[in-house]
Amino acid sequence: MISDRINENSPWQDITEGNKIFEAATSKEFCTGEWRTSTPVWDQEKCKQCLLCTPVCPDSSIPVCDQKREDFDYDHCKGCGICAKVCPFGAITMKEGK
Amino acid sequence: MAVRERLSGNEAVAYAIKQINPDVMPAFPITPSTEIPQYVANYIANGEIDTEFIPVESEHSAMSATVGASAAGARALTATSSCGLALMWEELYVAASNRLPIVLALVNRALSGPININADHSDSMGARDSGWIQIYAESNQEVYDNFLQAFLIAEHKDVMLPVMICQDGFITSHGVENILLVEDDQVKEFVGEREPEHYLLNPNETLAVGPYAVSSYYMETKRGQREAMINARKVILEVANRFQAMTGRQYGFFEAYRLEDADYAVVIIGSAAGTCKAAIEEIRNTTGKKVGLLKIRVFRPFPEEEIAAALTHVKAVAILDRSEMFSATSGPLGAEVRAALYQAKGTAETVNYFYGLGGRDITVEDFCQVYDNLEKIAAEHKVTDMYEYIGLRS
Amino acid sequence: MEAYNFKEIMSKPERLAPGHRMCAGCGGTIAVRGVLRALHEGDKAVVGNATGCLEVSSFMYPYTAYEDSYIHNAFENAGATLSGVETAYRVLKKRGKLKEDYKFITFGGDGGTYDIGFQSLSGAMERGHDMVYVCYDNGAYMNTGTQRSSATPQFADTTTTPAGKVSNGKVQIRKDLAAIMAEHHIPYVGQTTFTANFKDLHTKAEKAIYTPGAAFLNVLAPCPRGWGYEPSDLMDICKAAVDTCYWPLYEVVDGKWSITYEPKEKLPIEDFLRSQRRFRHLFKPGNEELIAEFQREVDRRWEELQVKCSK
Repeated sequence: MISDRINENSPWQDITEGNKIFEAATSKEFCTGEWRTSTPVWDQEKCKQCLLCTPVCPDSSIPVCDQKREDFDYDHCKGCGICAKVCPFGAITMKEGK
Repeated sequence: MAVRERLSGNEAVAYAIKQINPDVMPAFPITPSTEIPQYVANYIANGEIDTEFIPVESEHSAMSATVGASAAGARALTATSSCGLALMWEELYVAASNRLPIVLALVNRALSGPININADHSDSMGARDSGWIQIYAESNQEVYDNFLQAFLIAEHKDVMLPVMICQDGFITSHGVENILLVEDDQVKEFVGEREPEHYLLNPNETLAVGPYAVSSYYMETKRGQREAMINARKVILEVANRFQAMTGRQYGFFEAYRLEDADYAVVIIGSAAGTCKAAIEEIRNTTGKKVGLLKIRVFRPFPEEEIAAALTHVKAVAILDRSEMFSATSGPLGAEVRAALYQAKGTAETVNYFYGLGGRDITVEDFCQVYDNLEKIAAEHKVTDMYEYIGLRS
Repeated sequence: MEAYNFKEIMSKPERLAPGHRMCAGCGGTIAVRGVLRALHEGDKAVVGNATGCLEVSSFMYPYTAYEDSYIHNAFENAGATLSGVETAYRVLKKRGKLKEDYKFITFGGDGGTYDIGFQSLSGAMERGHDMVYVCYDNGAYMNTGTQRSSATPQFADTTTTPAGKVSNGKVQIRKDLAAIMAEHHIPYVGQTTFTANFKDLHTKAEKAIYTPGAAFLNVLAPCPRGWGYEPSDLMDICKAAVDTCYWPLYEVVDGKWSITYEPKEKLPIEDFLRSQRRFRHLFKPGNEELIAEFQREVDRRWEELQVKCSK
């Protein structure tokens, strides 16, 4: 975890030279899911795996594996509801709260 | 074997660039530095080097592209003057905080306004807080020699800071002087190639450069930059020693000229030191008065202790600034040298002079008057005006 | 170019990681994901970024949201910065220090692209660097709180062109940046936004990335906070933008202009304006002429585009 090595308690000697980060995608450690005030719920029964919900997610929180979507990444989903709105089959509903 | 030549300061820098054959040079024309990219473009056009030149559309883009190229892993440089440096302002800080080993050939020229194309140090002095190493030259030989040392300092793993190699516009940039050039293969061996540690085009590592750093990280980042500046002191001297071993020419933080036994000293930066030396010889030969000079080569990092130590025995010091900073009390060099003397509990009387703004001439006679004034100040222990001008009509 | 198989393309590995701090429902990151998805699997890229919402949210030290190497420099110089990176690439290749192939893509908002970064963009495109400049256009300076830019549509209520008792919002019509970039005579210019299956964006991004030389992509990327609509309505807004011909989808390939989507029925501009708070004042009684004026400008540009595309 990068946050173990660099965090707001790190002494100046531990701050990387030029603030460079030598790893990919460290943002995954930051859980934006806590921001949610409403939550998408995926109904696997209703889902036809059309995948129209996947490109509209601003938070890369609808994982797709071998042309099939999986459940939401609730660690990161901010609950914007775009996916629910575009689903042609009513397979995503928004519920209040986290 | 050194090669004897007659070159202008701009040609000398361009020739050093040719010998180094760096990777990328973005540049934008501005008087008096324009010739440097012109010469480089000609070397490229004739197949003498294979540097990639980027004819950018502004100096801001020149430094932006240099930052991009350096972050990508290339050895990158640019050249500019005056308002060109001012337009790069934001990028100077970015280059330094990103810890990119960029070299900038600065041909010092007065900042607008009013617009003026002649030499003074208002451009680089304004950039003194940007986090760049600054190395100044008196002569064409010095600017050539400094340039050959620049990448070695910048790219040293304990430094990783950008370096500004400064010379006085027109006075050295366009003045042709005899110069000793180092053989091409010796330069190649001396400067070597950049071996970046973390860079964008490293296929084995993903790198992210230029984050938003909130207040939890900003101050620690600045402390890291200071550490690099502290390390630069040692590295600058190491590189100078290696350069001396190759050429016999000796460099340090400053040149102490007839300072050892001097009662009265001038502290100055740049080409006017040559005129000052002539005045010193004349005074010593005609009056026997012990006058000397401290010519600063490295202004950033500021060699505070060394300067103070070199001036401990002096009775009075005139610090000559070639730029204003409008504190209304001193110039940048005046403020820092006086602070150094104060810190070292120095006893010398000091006076700050302003000279050469916008290319105003300074003569041997002017320096003789400065030394006369120092003698008077030392005798009376009284400085009538801390803020003297040389050559100002009133 | 790869054939557009939607499901296959949606299965490609993600190149923008979650955990960035963009607002819920942000169009900007949808654009970034969409563009980066057009990189062929296994191809390396360096991603650039102008200062803006995207930058301060996607690389907050020490958290980068990028799977690829990334450089942010400043607000006004994404074009110049990436041109430096791309030139370094060419020289390192030429000198045998680098074997791998790289693509270069930089993102800027409309503030960093239409306005403060315009010169840097123009320079980079004119010099012909092999790179793509992507503008995610949300029509105002959103990072600093919705100030008008030259991409802001006429009459929009922004914090520096507020609608008030004697003001109808922004006075000027928006700059047509994609057309200006086309007039640079670069090999590829595309204007796009999000459509249901993202084919238009994907195809244009792929062409922009894989066409040798300089390419420019203008992506309408709605901003729920700045425009004032329900975040979940993003795709409806995009559809209305396209079907009213406010935001025509077109491309310019080697100087040849072509419309890539022609609405079956061109909808009235009210269908785009109505759901957005920034245009609310236009629907007050007595302001009908303002909407008519907006409509005339949309019609004029649409006709002009059709003429260009018929040549």
